[in-house]
Amino acid sequence: MSETVAGVLHGVKVVPAGPAGGQSYWQVAWRRFRKHRLALVGGTLALGLTLMALLAPWIAPYAADRMALGARWAPPGAAHWLGTDELGRDVLTRMMYAGRVSLLVGYIVAVNVAVIGMLVGAVSGFYGGVVDGALMRLVDVLLSVPTLPLYLILSAIIPGGGVSRIILIFTAFGWTGVARLVRAQVLALRRLEFVDAARAVGVSEARIIIRHLLPNAMAPVIVAATLAVGGAILGESALSFLGLGITPPTPSWGNMLQRAQEYIWNAPHLAVFPGLFIFVTVLSFNFLGDGLRDALDPRLKL
Amino acid sequence: MHRYVGRRLLQSLVVLAGLSVLLFTVLVYTPGDPVEIIAATQPDLEPEDIAALRRYYGLDDPVQVRYVKWLRSVARGDLGVSRTYGQPVTRLMRQRLGNTLQLLAGAFVIAFTVGLGVGIYSALHQYSAVDYLATLVSFAGLAMPVFWLGILAILTFAVWLPVFPAGGMMTPGVQAGWSSLIDRLWHLVLPTAVLAFASTATWVRYSRSAMLEVIRQDYVRTARSKGLPEAMVTRRHALRNALIPIITLLALSIPAVLDGAVVTETIFSWPGMGLLLFQAVLGHDHAVAMAVLLFLAVATILANLLADVAYALVDPRIRYE
Repeated sequence: MSETVAGVLHGVKVVPAGPAGGQSYWQVAWRRFRKHRLALVGGTLALGLTLMALLAPWIAPYAADRMALGARWAPPGAAHWLGTDELGRDVLTRMMYAGRVSLLVGYIVAVNVAVIGMLVGAVSGFYGGVVDGALMRLVDVLLSVPTLPLYLILSAIIPGGGVSRIILIFTAFGWTGVARLVRAQVLALRRLEFVDAARAVGVSEARIIIRHLLPNAMAPVIVAATLAVGGAILGESALSFLGLGITPPTPSWGNMLQRAQEYIWNAPHLAVFPGLFIFVTVLSFNFLGDGLRDALDPRLKL
Repeated sequence: MHRYVGRRLLQSLVVLAGLSVLLFTVLVYTPGDPVEIIAATQPDLEPEDIAALRRYYGLDDPVQVRYVKWLRSVARGDLGVSRTYGQPVTRLMRQRLGNTLQLLAGAFVIAFTVGLGVGIYSALHQYSAVDYLATLVSFAGLAMPVFWLGILAILTFAVWLPVFPAGGMMTPGVQAGWSSLIDRLWHLVLPTAVLAFASTATWVRYSRSAMLEVIRQDYVRTARSKGLPEAMVTRRHALRNALIPIITLLALSIPAVLDGAVVTETIFSWPGMGLLLFQAVLGHDHAVAMAVLLFLAVATILANLLADVAYALVDPRIRYE
């Protein structure tokens, strides 16, 4: 601003200088992100899979639950690209619909975990003292329990085999990582001068946290949330595979594999494709998260 | 050092206390207490009998009294009785623990040695073809659902190329001696390999980044500039310091390994703690399920404590924080 004023005064047009050429933080991040090949591959794949799931009712080759009992266990072929299952349902169609469920779980859990983690982390880091001690011990407790055994038991206790149960469980125990990240960021930021400045002009504590601290702690949260999408999909699929996550008839990539082991001798294609979708989805979100980590870290040279 | 260990010990006790409250809460909300189970099997029980039984088991006590009683029995090593097996839970767990350790030990040795070897080589040859390949494969390992890998392994090595058995610990009828030992080892191959795969990927990434971090340090440059041979710089100065954070990561990786073990044992019908837990959850045998969870959680806390103490022993900076 002052440079521009100075420039006008001297009758020259001043282009804001600096290494970033006057771009905002997010513009720089986007430019860096575009150069990251794996991240682009991951982002494109994640976008494609999400579109596939969203558009399933329009692009799926068959109706959602169409059964053709004459064509059970058909191997992949021209009529059924990925074959049919034990009820003669088209595997590709089911996979697209299952993607809606699995991706929905992934996205919602990621958002929940990020929001709760940010709140807890910010409060913990900003206020310190007893509040911080209590919250961080809670995080320690939650992190000391092996997740899958705990989820198995909770799934057996909480009734219903739907999407909401999984989301509830994963949210309740998944926010700890983000909380730790945000706490560390806030601890480092709260001693900086702009916080003192905000306080000096009378900004409230809540506003300092929301307007000044959290935006500066966003980068690791975005990365963690992206990785959490993949993590939730992986967790959901393991639970559903074991029969304690999302239960049929609602299809999810995990529960499509549930009976694959039984049919492995006569219909091996049932064992291959749903797992491949989980694998590719999680892989693409991990690539994306990793690329974002590099792009959002201005210290790192790409 | 004593003060540091004391503080960490205290912290672990706090976590342990929190854990006990968490697990007890889950237990309280678990449907099917012992009396309901007895009542379900014996329909001729009168309501008065049921009330007497509830008093006997202390189920109508206030929740804090029940918590203290539960804690006391857990401290005595009494984790209840399994309703499916009719045996004390501790005896069941002791039978299964050995089988799980067999699986975990093999998988750990493979994952740790291969993972560390590849990770360190990768870091020393950053941006080489090997480095790219290792990074790619470790990404794949982290995104791979363990159960799918298990199914693929069975499909490939038990169905298409029937080399290994699809599950179990031994072939029934194989007699004792060498053939039995080989048979048991043969059954171990697939589950161990599957369990090892994901954690190998983790170790590659951990050790690669730990090593990359260290070789940028000033003391490594100093070692090099005073004319030490490269092998000496790597082994004496870089590697030894890169291994320090690995101690903490060892403890941090335990929950993920246990998750993998539950899934692997289930797929390969390996009679360990994971399969015990899975079957207990399906059969509503809550005493067993909770006991296994408690055992795994306590083991995790102890491992973390040990790791922190070991870290402080190796890295003196930690103690003076």
